[in-house]
Amino acid sequence: MISILGQDFFRNALLAGTFIALACGLVGYFLVLRAQVFTGDALSHVAFTGAMAALAGGYDLRLGLFAATIGVGLLIGGLGRRGRPDDVVIGGVFAWILGLGAFFLTIYTTSRSAAQGGAGTSVLFGSIFGLHGNQTTVAVLIAGAISLLVLVIARPLLFATLDEAVAAARGVPVRVLGFGFLVLVGATAGEATQAVGSLLLLGLLAAPAGAAVRLTDRPFRGLALSAGLAVLEMWGGLLLSAAAPKLPPSFAIMATASAVYAATFLVRRRRPVPAGPEPAAA
Amino acid sequence: MLLADDTSPVFSWNPVADFQDMWSYAYMVNAFRAGLIVAVVCAVVGWFMVLRRQAFAGHSLSVAAFPGASLAVLVGFSTTLGYFGFCIAAALVIAALRREGQEGGAEESAATGTVQAFALACGYLFISLYKGLLEGPTALLFGDFLGITTGQVEILAVVGAAVLAVLAVIGRPLLFASLDPQVAAGRGVPVRLLGTVFLVLLAAATAEASQITGTLLVFALLVIPPATAQQLTARPGPSLLLSALLGLGACWAGLIAAYYQPYPLGFFVTGFAFAGLVLAHLFRYLRDSLERRRMPLTLTGGAA
Repeated sequence: MISILGQDFFRNALLAGTFIALACGLVGYFLVLRAQVFTGDALSHVAFTGAMAALAGGYDLRLGLFAATIGVGLLIGGLGRRGRPDDVVIGGVFAWILGLGAFFLTIYTTSRSAAQGGAGTSVLFGSIFGLHGNQTTVAVLIAGAISLLVLVIARPLLFATLDEAVAAARGVPVRVLGFGFLVLVGATAGEATQAVGSLLLLGLLAAPAGAAVRLTDRPFRGLALSAGLAVLEMWGGLLLSAAAPKLPPSFAIMATASAVYAATFLVRRRRPVPAGPEPAAA
Repeated sequence: MLLADDTSPVFSWNPVADFQDMWSYAYMVNAFRAGLIVAVVCAVVGWFMVLRRQAFAGHSLSVAAFPGASLAVLVGFSTTLGYFGFCIAAALVIAALRREGQEGGAEESAATGTVQAFALACGYLFISLYKGLLEGPTALLFGDFLGITTGQVEILAVVGAAVLAVLAVIGRPLLFASLDPQVAAGRGVPVRLLGTVFLVLLAAATAEASQITGTLLVFALLVIPPATAQQLTARPGPSLLLSALLGLGACWAGLIAAYYQPYPLGFFVTGFAFAGLVLAHLFRYLRDSLERRRMPLTLTGGAA
């Protein structure tokens, strides 16, 4: 196990994974608070189609990832977020986009030699142990930038999330913030796909944030908790898969995240907030 | 897999001959039969899913089929068993979590999302433990209709009939509970129990369909035809019927296209279904704007 820890690919994975988890934890917390987890789900599937389209066209995979996720993020924002009714539209669109992904996958696998056959699987399920030094640097820079941007807009975004009407009345640009946030979600989806894969990405967005929401009611503490949990879960998963090489890293990360989330159900069974007067601030 | 084999049949523009040609392959006959069952069951169950705004739960359930199938492959069981076992188990888990997370939609969606991602991760683990396959995961994820046997069609028919029968029995109270849960509960309708039964039905339908379109694309058959139908008419009866017809149309058209082209069936099915949805939106938009043009004499208070 020590020998694995010292190796380059593991250090790359740890470095990139830390920043990706940080970005996912921060973005995911807002995603959960805004009840937009389904949007994250849709964007993660879009990531697959984008990557496959880029590969089929002979471009760099990351170009497709970011172009598709950010583009669709903007599109979902533009379709007008009137809350729930959009679920069905989002679902319909992403079911089709996924079909399109299967199409590009076929084009790609038939146009290349058999050795490329695993590309689809690695986009779907991630390949964090396959990052090169250069890719790691890019991943760290992008994930760091996303985290920074989230922190910059965190205050107004929280306000707009928790009480949209009041925030709008106070002059917070609610709509622009919503758009900006979806772009950030798109960028995060594109970034994290390389680590845990487009299918498992949702877990990294939802599980730490879900745990944080269960553990605390206070927004900034929750945000910090979500980011911290995400990073710890990423480390735990990487160590777990280093200790047991049979476990793919994506599975180990997801298993750790799910276990932590499940544990929050045991730790504290929070009663619903009483409808009466606010309890004294703790 | 259907990976661009050069022996793809050629479309001859003679429907009768084409059809006889297609019908001479046992696997195509089975695929058409299976498609009929799956499309109708999915469209009817999905109609209630869209009405109840449970698209996210439906998608997560459809994803649970993947670890089920891959575990069955790993252990050597029949995949049908894996599909049904895991889907129904996931339905019960989501139903249980739903009861916990009554406090708000935020927690509920986080729970559903975590269940979904964990299920997929398990599937990936099982697949990677089971060495010696190249296109294994993609076949399970994106579907492979060539291998459907007559026995499987029989199972599909029995389960599909059972799902539809249960739905027929609970249909009326379920509709009531979906449209107005509070009033329904007040009138003594067991809303929560109905919700759980419905999730199990949804699971059975997705387990059925996963065997044809693959785990990731089931959702298209569940959500798109009902969404299209509900765009076109608001009355439950015609809307349900239309949903079933649209699903069947997309499924069979997809099968015919996949027979002639070396691309995956799921791509064609989702493509046709989505085209229908876009047309329905367009139709509705045109109808609404026509009506608005006819309206202006009534002045204010009209089309709200």
